[in-house]
Amino acid sequence: MTALDPTGFPAADEAASAVVSGGTSIGAAGALDVSVGRIRREQLHQLLRSKTFVVGAVIVLWWVVCAIFGTLFVPFNATATDILNTNLAPSAAHWFGTNNVGEDVFSRVIVGARDILEIAPLATLLGTVLGTTIGLAQGYLRGAVDMIVGRIVDAALALPIVIVAFIFVVAVGPSTLTLVVVIGFVFSLIIARTVRTAVLQERELDYLAAARLRDERVLHVMFVEILPNVLGPILVEFTVRLGYAIFTIATLSFLGFGVQLPTPDWGADVASNYGYLAAGFWWETLFPALAIASLVIAINLIGDSIESVLIQ
Amino acid sequence: MLLYVLKRLGLALVTLVLLSLIIFFAGQVLPGNAGRAILGPFASQQAVVALDHKLGVDRSLIAQYWSWVSGIVQGKLGTSYQFQAPVSSFLWPALGRSLKLAAFAFVIVVPLSIFGGIVAALNRGRVVDRVISTTSLSLSTVPEFVSGVVLIVLFAIGLKILPVTANPPSGSPFLTQLKYLILPAIPLVFILFGYIARMARAGTVEALDSDYVRTATLKGLPRWVVIRRHVLRNSLLPTITVIATQTGYLIGGLVVVEKLFTYPGIGTLILTAANDKDFPMLEAGVLFIGIVYLTATLIADVLYTVLNPRIRLGASE
Repeated sequence: MTALDPTGFPAADEAASAVVSGGTSIGAAGALDVSVGRIRREQLHQLLRSKTFVVGAVIVLWWVVCAIFGTLFVPFNATATDILNTNLAPSAAHWFGTNNVGEDVFSRVIVGARDILEIAPLATLLGTVLGTTIGLAQGYLRGAVDMIVGRIVDAALALPIVIVAFIFVVAVGPSTLTLVVVIGFVFSLIIARTVRTAVLQERELDYLAAARLRDERVLHVMFVEILPNVLGPILVEFTVRLGYAIFTIATLSFLGFGVQLPTPDWGADVASNYGYLAAGFWWETLFPALAIASLVIAINLIGDSIESVLIQ
Repeated sequence: MLLYVLKRLGLALVTLVLLSLIIFFAGQVLPGNAGRAILGPFASQQAVVALDHKLGVDRSLIAQYWSWVSGIVQGKLGTSYQFQAPVSSFLWPALGRSLKLAAFAFVIVVPLSIFGGIVAALNRGRVVDRVISTTSLSLSTVPEFVSGVVLIVLFAIGLKILPVTANPPSGSPFLTQLKYLILPAIPLVFILFGYIARMARAGTVEALDSDYVRTATLKGLPRWVVIRRHVLRNSLLPTITVIATQTGYLIGGLVVVEKLFTYPGIGTLILTAANDKDFPMLEAGVLFIGIVYLTATLIADVLYTVLNPRIRLGASE
C-alpha cells in the first residue's frame, strides 16, 4: 500500500501503517516463544496507568450508564411535550432549559445516549468481522480476489463515507437496522484495507511458509494461523472506527436520515432546534452538541492510548 | 513516468465506472418505483404507470443505466423530477458556491496546519507537541455540525461579532461575503487541521532523524538553515499529497456545514434532492462529488511521483 491510497477518512491510512508495525511486533514476540499472555497482561497494566485512557473510559462509562439506566433517573419524561413551556432558559427546574416543543433538554440529553450507543457498536462490530474476513482473504489469497475486491473498495471509498451511507439510507429508508448494516458494510471496506496490509506483512514470515508446506487448509491458515497475529491492528481499527461510527451516525441524524424524532437523539435534537439559534435559544442545541463532542473525544482518547501501548 | 500517469488514469476511470454503478444501484434500483414515490400512495395505478413510462423507468435496467451514463458523457445530466428543469442549471451554480467555501477553508487551514505540525515536530515530546497533537486529534474527531453549533453560540450569539448564516445580503462587497463564510469555514478547518498537521509532524520528525540532517548539523550549519534547507523540503512531500486527498473529505463536510448555515451549495442540493426523492438530481450531485474526489486523488498521486526523486528516477523505495 502506498501512502496515497484514498480513503473517506484519511487518517485511516496513517493509522493503518502505524499500527501494522505494532501487529508484527506481537507476531515476532510469539515467534520468539515469549508467553503472549504475559505481554497482554503487561499491556493492560500500562493501559490502566495511562491518564488519557482512564479519562476516556470514565466518560464513555458515564454515557453507557445513561444509555441503560437514563430513563430511571431523569427528572422529566424525555418525550413529554409542554406547549406552555417552550424555549425556557436553563433554570433550577429545567437544568438545560426546554426546547421548541417544551421537552426537557437535560432529560433528552441523558436518554439520548441510548440509540447511538446501540447502533454504533453494533455497526462497528459488523464492520470489523466482515472487514477482517475480506482483508484476510485479500491479503492471503492475493491474485484475482485481491484485485477485484480492491477495485470495489476504491470505488466505494471514492465518496466521503457520510455520503455513501446517506445515499443508501435514502434509498431504503432510515431505521436502526439500515443504519447498522449500511455503516457496518461501508466500514468493513476500510477495515479490510488495514487488515490486508497487515496480512501482507505476515505473509513473508516463516510460519506461513511452514503452514503452506504442511499443506494446511486455506481457511485454517487464515483464521487460526494469521488472525491471532494481526489482532493488534484490528483492535486499534475497532476503536478508531467506533469513534467514526458515532461521528457518522450523529451526522446522519443531523441530516435527517438517522434516528428519527421524537426518539431522543443528540444529532436529531440539534437538527430540530438549530433554527432557533438566531433567536438566542442556544441551550436546546448546545447541550446535545456537547454530549456528542464528549463521547467522540473520549472514544478517541481510548483508541489513542491503546494504539500507543500496542506500538511500543 | 508517462506510463505511470496513464496507468493511474486508467485505474481512476475503472473506479469511476464502478462508482456510477453503485450510485445507479442506490438511486434507481433500491428505491423501487419512481412514479409511486413521486405521486404518493393515493395516486391511481394508471397515473403511476403513465409517469413511469414518461420518466423511462419502465425500461430494462441496462437500458436505463446506458441512457443515464451516455447522457452524462454528453453533458446532459437529466431533468430534475422536482423542478422539471435541467439538473445542470442547478448543479453548476451550487458547485461554484461550494468551491468558494472550500477554497476559503483551504486557504486558512493549509498554512496553519503545516506550521502547527512543524512546530510540534521541532518540540517533539515537549508540552507544545502534546498540546498541538492532542488538540488537533480531538478537533478532527468532532462532527462538523457539533463544532459549528459551539462556534455559533460563542461568536454569533454570545459575542455577536459574526453572522449566524452564511448568506450575505445580495450585492455585498467581497470582504463582507468572506465575513459570512468565516464561521462555516472553521468546522472544516478543525477537521482538516488534525490530518494535515499530523502528516506535517510525521514528515518533519522523519526528516529530523535522517542521516542527511545529522550530517548537516555536524557540518556546523546553523539550526535554522538545517531546518529550512534540509528538513522542510523533505517533510512537506507527504503533506502535499494529504492536502490533495482531503479535497474529497472536504466535499462531504460541506454537506453538513451547508445545512447548518443554510448555504446553497452542492451539499444543500443533494440533501434537498434526497428529501424530495429527486433521484436524477441526487445521482448527478453525488456522481460529481465522486468525480471531484477522484480527480483530486489522481493529481495527488501524480504530484507525489513528480516531486519524489526516488520514484521519479525509477528506483524502488
